[in-house]
Parts: sequence; C-alpha cells; structure tokens
Amino acid sequence: MEEAHGVIKKFLYVNRKAPYGSIYALESLEVVLIGAAFEQEVSLAFVGDGVYQLAKGQDTKGLAMKNFSPTFRALEDYDVTRLYVEEEALQARGLTAADLVVPVELVSAPRMAEIMEGHDVILSF
Amino acid sequence: MLHIVNKSPFDHKTLETCLRFTRQGAAVLLIEDGVYAAGTGTAVTKVVEEALKNVSIYALEPDLAARGMQNRVIAGVRLVDYGGFVDLVAEHNAVQSWL
Repeated sequence: MEEAHGVIKKFLYVNRKAPYGSIYALESLEVVLIGAAFEQEVSLAFVGDGVYQLAKGQDTKGLAMKNFSPTFRALEDYDVTRLYVEEEALQARGLTAADLVVPVELVSAPRMAEIMEGHDVILSF
Repeated sequence: MLHIVNKSPFDHKTLETCLRFTRQGAAVLLIEDGVYAAGTGTAVTKVVEEALKNVSIYALEPDLAARGMQNRVIAGVRLVDYGGFVDLVAEHNAVQSWL
C-alpha cells in the first residue's frame, strides 16, 4: 500500500522571518500543512527571527490579522512532530523554550546545518 | 523629529542606522517588526537602553501584543496605541520613516 502512494521524501521547512511583518511565515505554514497532507515526512526548522513565530502570548486583535501561532500546536495531528529551533537565535532574543507555544528541540547552528543536510527537499522562507 | 522604525533589529541594520542620526530630544517610534527592539534581555537591549538617555522611545502596543512581546518591554520605552501614533506625528515638525 505504501508504494501506491509513491516515494516519501524528507521535507524540511526553514522559517527565518518574524510572523506579522511579512506574509512569509503564514505562507510557510500553509505549505507545511499541504506537504503533510500528501503524507511526506515533514520537519520544521526555526532560525533567526523565525523563532518569533513560536512565541507565546500572541494577540493580534489590534491588527485585524489572523493569529496563526495556535496552528503550530495542531501540527502533531498531521504527524509533524520534529520542530528544531536554533538555540543561539532564541538566546539573542531573550527567549527560552518555555516561552514557546510548542515543545521543540533546541539545536546549535552546526547541528542545524547537519539536519539540513539530512533532508531531500528544503523550502526556506 | 520623529523617527519611525518598522524592521526587526536582528534582521536589518535599520534601527542602528536610525540611532546614528537621532539628535538629543528626538523621538523614535517602533512599529511592526521594529517592536522587537523594545524587548528585555536581547542582544540589542543595551543599545536601546543607551539610546534612551538621549531620545524618547515609543513602541506601538498592538504590534507588541500581536507578537507576544507585550510583557517584556524595556523600562523607559513608552507604549502608544494608534491614537498615540497620530499624536506623535502631529507633535513633531517632521517625520522620517526608516523603511
């Protein structure tokens, strides 16, 4: 049955931008959900300002924009369970894993480079 | 002069450039991703604290809240709403938006 669905590739979505200043973060998340629906092996990486996408306490009422941070909590239902966060980026922004909406794996930049090498398809936003 | 900065200080040099050209008594308003500069315990907190000695720094509260940064603002940075944004523009003789 597995073969009927074709080849399963390892996808890594690299999120590098803060959530509301541009459309990249939201668009990335949309593509993640599509990839997961096609039963590919999907992982997410958050580097640089991308770590801000996961910050707790986002309240967009004053902006008339959708707060999409709760969607990260739903990724588990799509079997997207590997979320890697660049530890240095988090530290530089005064944040810790406890400030994030979902459990993540903190990794160093060199380790993140290794993770990137280990994927077949990388989409960087 | 009112200076408006809308870029993240971690992703752009915009704030750094702006602060190089602010004079004593000027005002700097942080909006959109610019509000990340108002955070405590970051790699740019010291830069902002130093700037506060010479200029007034404001941050747009709805942009802070959207980003979950409303409870980690550097002491001395003043929060404004959209009405306050308009007041700042009206109070200053000129506005420079550092896009």
